[in-house]
Amino acid sequence: MSLVLILPIVIPMLSGVSILLAFRSRVAQRFLSLAGTAALTLAAVLLLAEVSQTGIRVDRIGDWPAPYGITLVADLFSALMIVLTAVIGLAVAFYSLVSIDQRRETFGYHALYQFLLMGVCGAFLTGDLFNLYVWFEVMLMASFVLMALGAERRQMEGAIKYVTLNLLSSALFLAALGLLYGAAGTLNMADLARKFASLTDAPSQGLVTTLAMLFLVAFGIKAGLFPMFFWLPASYHTPPAAVTAIFSGLLTKVGVYALIRVFTLIFVHHTELMRTVFLTLAALTMVVGVLGAVAQYDFRRLLAFHIISQIGYALMGLGLGSALALSGAVYFIFHVAIAKTALFLVSGLARQLHGTYDLKQLGGLYRSQPWLALLFLVPAFSLAGLPPLSGFFAKLSLVRAGLEAGEYVSVVVALAVSLLTLFSMIKIWVEAFWKPLPAGSAPASSAVKGWLAPIAALALVTVAIGLGAGPAFGLAARAGAQLLDPTTYIATVLAEAP
Amino acid sequence: MEIVLAFVIGGLYAAAVYMLLRRSLVKMLIGLALLSHAANLLIFAVARLTRGRPPIISLGAEDLASPYADPLPQALILTSIVISFGVMAFALALAYRTYRTTGTDDLDAMRGSDR
Repeated sequence: MSLVLILPIVIPMLSGVSILLAFRSRVAQRFLSLAGTAALTLAAVLLLAEVSQTGIRVDRIGDWPAPYGITLVADLFSALMIVLTAVIGLAVAFYSLVSIDQRRETFGYHALYQFLLMGVCGAFLTGDLFNLYVWFEVMLMASFVLMALGAERRQMEGAIKYVTLNLLSSALFLAALGLLYGAAGTLNMADLARKFASLTDAPSQGLVTTLAMLFLVAFGIKAGLFPMFFWLPASYHTPPAAVTAIFSGLLTKVGVYALIRVFTLIFVHHTELMRTVFLTLAALTMVVGVLGAVAQYDFRRLLAFHIISQIGYALMGLGLGSALALSGAVYFIFHVAIAKTALFLVSGLARQLHGTYDLKQLGGLYRSQPWLALLFLVPAFSLAGLPPLSGFFAKLSLVRAGLEAGEYVSVVVALAVSLLTLFSMIKIWVEAFWKPLPAGSAPASSAVKGWLAPIAALALVTVAIGLGAGPAFGLAARAGAQLLDPTTYIATVLAEAP
Repeated sequence: MEIVLAFVIGGLYAAAVYMLLRRSLVKMLIGLALLSHAANLLIFAVARLTRGRPPIISLGAEDLASPYADPLPQALILTSIVISFGVMAFALALAYRTYRTTGTDDLDAMRGSDR
């Protein structure tokens, strides 16, 4: 048993439970929420340090040997994702304190928030596919309630779509799990990888491809891939800004994480078919997402379409499948989650100032809030991929990997989508920040000092992983190498059995 | 027996998809419930059906005699039944609240979040 692997799951659980116990005191709830996320950040950094020094860490729950019991596994990719969860969790927890209204707080906002983080951390750490399903459900359940909490009309309509399509995806995931168990007789990911490596005859290849497609659809719905993303722009802009920010930062990334994990570990028969499927889906996801974004005049709906577009880049990295491409995908996910969360937090602040998300009715923010303008530009340019910010290096590595693989169409699409991303960011800039406040709009209201701090922290992280791209990308490159060659992962999970 | 079960599962999936495509909120939820039942039965069927062979090592024997019911899929189904029970309870409450808030159960009328 090693504590360091369990802490990222136990800390949010304990803080969630203690928040529930302290339901009478709003002050205690707020304090516990902050303390919990701060402790989670500490634990995440410890985990990353340990994994980066000693290699993959495995923990067998209840000391059951590997293929039978549930194992927790942390390789560098998992550890990086845990750090990402903790950093975003901490920033948004701060933001929630100032932005969430008292009524939502009384009805358990902070507790649900912690349970959401627990589900996300669990999904990143588990080494067992059925356990992954369970963590998905923990995460979904918390997110369902967060989505619907408050019961405004638009929220309820969004929540219905969100809940239905996510449950559909869960049912598909469950069916795929059942079929997978029937085919392989195990659900431990490392054990599955070993068993599937020996299945090379034609009929079982067909079965494997079928299973792979089922998993692709199930995780693709969660990640918001091209033909399955419609729930996302229909629901993400309905809850309060803090909720949208944490969803955009983490939930789709869990889907992408699951895709990358499953397709680098279990379904590794990187046939031409899979490669074509991934690259086509990636290109379509990028293009459709960004075109949707360009057409929007609602601050948050525009950003919600961008989530989809950015998922395409991560999938492109998975489709190319080389070491550089996988490292690029890891780095990209980290970068985009931070930048995206910061942008959603900015949109929430704009709404707080002027009472609307409608870009046409916003304006003059540059004049009234110069610091906010700067804090918008950093993640916005990073998302578009301007050097020296993190987005530039993420896209550079993906494009280079694409050129090396000779996938010129994907490269051209990725670059063109970057340009359109920049265009839509400039659109926000011109509408909300640069143009004077339209007559008839509400003038800027209350002081907003507390709102700026979490946005500034996230912007700083973006700048830091951009300027310090050398060491940051070095870490991602090691994570990518571990993903590309899963033999260490498999050996560590299975061979250490007592 | 497997054949019968296969047809039942197929029927459940077909019914679930049909119900999911309905416009009425409640019928859509029934579709979701059917979908999770179909998935549970699928796990049960894929794990192969064995009658009267519990996975218990008989007295004096060293190992399990070969055809025995695999207990793991049943544990999986149990877990997923519990999960889908909780999720369905939430979904029903959500549907009721949505009906109270929007005054309709027609999904086509719920376009407020799409604009």
